[in-house]
Parts: sequence; structure tokens; C-alpha cells
Amino acid sequence: MRLLTHNMLACNVKGVVNGYPLRLEAEVVAERPADFNADFLRHIFARIDWKAFVGAARSLPEEHAVADLPEDAEPSMLASEDFLRRFHHALLELHVEKGALVCPETGRRFAIDKGIPNMLLNEDEV
Amino acid sequence: MSANQTVDFPMNSSLSSVRTTDKEKSDTQGPYKATSSIAQIQLVNSHLEVYDPSDDSFVLVDALLADRARLIEHQPKICLEVGCGSGYVITSLALMLQEEAPRIHYFATDINLHAVATTRGTLEAHGVHAEVVATDIASGLQRRLAGLVDVIVVNPPYVPTPEEEVACEGITASWAGGENGRRVIDRILPVADELLSERGWLYMVILAENNPLEICRRMGEKGYGSKIVLQRSTQEERLQVIKFWREGAAAGLPREGSRGGSSTSESWLSHFPLFSFLRKGENGG
Ligand SMILES: C[S@@+](CC[C@H](N)C(=O)[O-])C[C@H]1O[C@@H](n2cnc3c(N)ncnc32)[C@H](O)[C@@H]1O
Repeated sequence: MRLLTHNMLACNVKGVVNGYPLRLEAEVVAERPADFNADFLRHIFARIDWKAFVGAARSLPEEHAVADLPEDAEPSMLASEDFLRRFHHALLELHVEKGALVCPETGRRFAIDKGIPNMLLNEDEV
Repeated sequence: MSANQTVDFPMNSSLSSVRTTDKEKSDTQGPYKATSSIAQIQLVNSHLEVYDPSDDSFVLVDALLADRARLIEHQPKICLEVGCGSGYVITSLALMLQEEAPRIHYFATDINLHAVATTRGTLEAHGVHAEVVATDIASGLQRRLAGLVDVIVVNPPYVPTPEEEVACEGITASWAGGENGRRVIDRILPVADELLSERGWLYMVILAENNPLEICRRMGEKGYGSKIVLQRSTQEERLQVIKFWREGAAAGLPREGSRGGSSTSESWLSHFPLFSFLRKGENGG
């Protein structure tokens, strides 16, 4: 699971209001190079919740934690190749293979196993 | 969802996935490379509780192959498969577009945990990537991903069955479609509408028994044009792949896609206006 996907996921349990962002508890992270595509980054930037993104990137286990992303980002930064590279790396090249996503409102845990977040709900949650 | 002898109609059968070379000879891919690969059956992972690639999977991949040039021109940024099963379809889509449209991001979901794991294995075996999520349709992703998906592909559980079978776990969920086979389809359509971008396209496999006309009418009310892009009869099913697009957005229809020559008209043979005749004579598609 990439941080892009983390950024798009919210708690889907019925009745939950503040189910975003899910707190990321990454146990195993893999880094895999991805094609750099500035157009995509500029396109998706407007839809990224930056706070959630930076929070997730910083929370990764030490050797993968991303410290070089600005606390706040604005569209003007997209002109900087350097910024785009860092954005790209954190968004698309880090894969959480094992861990959990935790709902900020209820503490409900969604397991991430073999890189796949499990958002399936129990009967009493839908 | 079974049987092994298939008859394509009304197109000739040159679009079978197992015989892509026939397809590759036809000149329907415009300026793009004639050869393109799809998932190899021997590399597709399998599991007792996961739907193996079958006629309905092949018809969807063939419809996507036939639309490949249009998909490349469409330049989707994000593609999604709902109900990815073995991963055969999403892997094939990624493979057929990877050369000319290498920067697409793929997502795939399934309600069956064995299926998502199998899909991941199939993707890896072919060296392509999709973000795989175990979920009901796109639950949890739906809100934040709304309006961002340019292409959705679905081979849903479409077989008419008793209602009780719909919510079953494992492999039953791969075919059980409840009354008229519409239970899951009818839940997918509004989600697709929410997820699709302004220029979004949806490809869906359905059966004649699912009442395609009614599905298209319903989507028409939400502003979608629709066409059957491929029909194929097996021993027990009449399968159709319907393509939906937001009316007003380019669907890669004949006018725009026209490349002249007889091969073009042949490729358009597969496009039968399905819904447009119900509308008052104007078809913005
Ligand atoms: C006919 S199979 C297609 C599998 C694969 N896409 C193919 O074409 O070979 C339908 C798939 O949809 C999945 N499915 C059924 N209901 C679903 C739902 N509500 N949300 C997500 N996936 C679902 C099933 O588990 C199954 O894998």
C-alpha cells in the first residue's frame, strides 16, 4: 500500500464521522522505484490531504521515515523539481507491506497484510 | 460463467484473447504498436476460493484490447477494477497499456480476501503494479477518490440467484447476483458514477438476463452514454460488455476516432448504439 492509497482511505464503519485520516502503523515498508511523472504529481496534488500525507510519511519506521517534506505545501512548490522528487518518493515509492490503519474516532483497526489494506467490515459495522 | 465453446456475434471471432495474433493483424490500433500483451494464463495465480479467468473475463479483456488505441488516446491517470478476482483483467489492462501509457496508476478491489492476495500474486508475476484493497466495491476509498478515476472495469457477479447467495463468502460471491443478477451491479453503478472523473469511462460485463437496456436507461438519467462494445455467446450465456461514458465527454467514438479505410468500419461494427435511440435523437457522445 502506497501513501497515495493511505491518503485516499477513510474509515468506512457506519456512523463514524471523523474517520480520516487513518493513523498509519507501518511495521514493514518496502521501497520500489516508480516512474517519475511530474504531470501526475501536479494533478493529484490538489486532491492530497497534505497534513495526512506528511503525518503518514513521518510515521514510517525509522529507516524509511520521510523527514524532508514541508509541514505545509502550496501549489507554487510544484514548480520545484526538488520538491516534486520528494513528493514522488513519499507518495509512490514507499509501500507499506505490513501494519495497520487505525480509525481516529473509534480506534477500529484495519490490518494491512502483504501490502493489502483490509477494509472489510463486520456485519454490525455496515 | 462456464462453458468452453464460444461464438462471437455479430463480429467475427478475431478478438479472442487466446488468439491475440489474429487481433494484432487487424489494423484497428491506429498509430500504436500492433502487438500488446495480456496476462498469461500460466502466470495467473489461483486459489480454490477465487474465480479463475473464464469466458466473462476473456470477453472483458477482449473488449479492452479492441478499445486499446482509444484508451491510450484517452490518457487515463487512474484506472480501477472492482471485483478483481484472480487479477487477470487488471493485469491484462496494465500490460496492454504499459508501453504507450506507462504512467497510469491502477487500483483493484475485491470483497474476497483470497482474491486480493491472488491478484497481488498475478500482478507480481507479470511485473506490473496495482494498489489492491480488500473492500466492498470501493468502500473506504469512495469519498476521497471521487471524481479521480478515468477508467473503471468490472466483471461483476451477474448470475441470477436466490437473494441469500449474494452475501456469501468466498467463491459464491464471484457469481451470485441475486434477483435478475442485479443486486451487486445496482450497487456498483452509483459508486462508479461517484468515482468517475469528468471524462470517465466504465466497462462492465453483463448478461442479457440482467436487462442491459434498463441499466443503460438508468445510467442515461445520470448523464451517461452507453454502447455494447462486444457481445459473445457461450454455451450457456449471452455476454455483453457495455461501455459507459459521461455524455459531453469524448468517448472515443467513431467521429473522433475515425482513421479511415475499411478496417475502421470493421472495428466500429462492434459499437452498437444501445441507449442513444431512446434519447430524443441527439447523441452528444
Ligand atoms: C465474476 S468474478 C470476476 C473476477 C475477475 N475480475 C475476472 O474477470 O476474472 C466477480 C468478482 O467480484 C468480486 N465481488 C463480488 N461482490 C463484490 C463486492 N461487493 N465488492 C467487491 N468485489 C466483489 C468477487 O469476489 C469476484 O472476485
